[in-house]
Amino acid sequence: MAEQNGPDDLEQRRRKLEDALAARQSASNGEGGAQNTKGGGFGNAFKLSGEFIGGVVVGIGLGWFFDQLLGTTPWGLIVFLLLGFAAGVLNVLRATGRVAEFGSAKPGNGGDDPQRK
Amino acid sequence: MATDPIHQFQISKWIPIEVGGLDLSFTNASAFMVATVAAAGAFLFLSTSNRGLIPTRAQSVAEMAYEFIANMLRDSAGTHGMKFFPLVFSLFMFVFVANLLGLVPYFFTVTSQIIVTFALAMLVIGTVIVYGFMKHGLGFLKLFVPSGVPAVVVPLVVAIEVVSFLSRPISLSVRLFANMLAGHITLKVFAGFVTSLSALGALGVAGSILPLIMTVAITGLEFLVAFLQAYVFAVLTCMYLNDAVHPGH
Repeated sequence: MAEQNGPDDLEQRRRKLEDALAARQSASNGEGGAQNTKGGGFGNAFKLSGEFIGGVVVGIGLGWFFDQLLGTTPWGLIVFLLLGFAAGVLNVLRATGRVAEFGSAKPGNGGDDPQRK
Repeated sequence: MATDPIHQFQISKWIPIEVGGLDLSFTNASAFMVATVAAAGAFLFLSTSNRGLIPTRAQSVAEMAYEFIANMLRDSAGTHGMKFFPLVFSLFMFVFVANLLGLVPYFFTVTSQIIVTFALAMLVIGTVIVYGFMKHGLGFLKLFVPSGVPAVVVPLVVAIEVVSFLSRPISLSVRLFANMLAGHITLKVFAGFVTSLSALGALGVAGSILPLIMTVAITGLEFLVAFLQAYVFAVLTCMYLNDAVHPGH
């Protein structure tokens, strides 16, 4: 019955659906962003403190480990605590998008785009 | 006990098992992990068992979950990263369903235990390291050397980058754990206000309306957090996997 205009019709409907979905998606994305900035203060605090503490904790752990291994107490702890502090600050800056991501050369570097599709 | 907000996180042994001095008891945490896997598996299995071109509601939820994760992974790690889809999808479903199950009254929240989230994070970072070295050999180490840095400060930068890399599983696990823990404690404290206020007589009952409203509102918020944290976990997993697939741009 709808043999002739069937595929066309379907194609058209699909395109319409895709447009509607894209519109809906961008709308919901905007909504999510607003949610993030408004209700996310608490979450952000968690995230950033977690990033910073993570760096310091790993620094202390590594320093203690090297001290145990090489008997250089307390130098490993001192050096790695400072490194961990720096890494924590770096983590926080990365989380807030102020420093280039891991592995990319410059902020906003487009060099990896071809591989990223 | 009713007003102790921490009590809900206590682990109790259901079936004590001890093998060679190791405590391998089946606890309430293990039970809810099994329940999480069973619920997620049963949902995905049942909703896709009679697949139709026109999906039923359950089937379209399952398809949405699939497409959501597939798009996320493709966007952040490229098509090469798609071989990690089963890992990322399982992690997302596990965390999401565990978070949701934790919201049911009297249920145990698996993701509020740091050892669980830390194990998940170590799985992710372990995969990144093993795959990175397998695929790129020592070239994987280029990840730690940002290009365009003067040679003098390279050792320092590399050391900082290595520590920063190693701190990833910690921040990944602490974030999920802290959010779930804080949310559940807040919920319990506000709910505790309702019972303790309403014990004070008519004025107390009137006053307990406010924390009751807060409890309802926070429960709604917790559903959002349950999804958001599972989403964040999956997004970060994708980002870390991207480093393993394409190190050193």
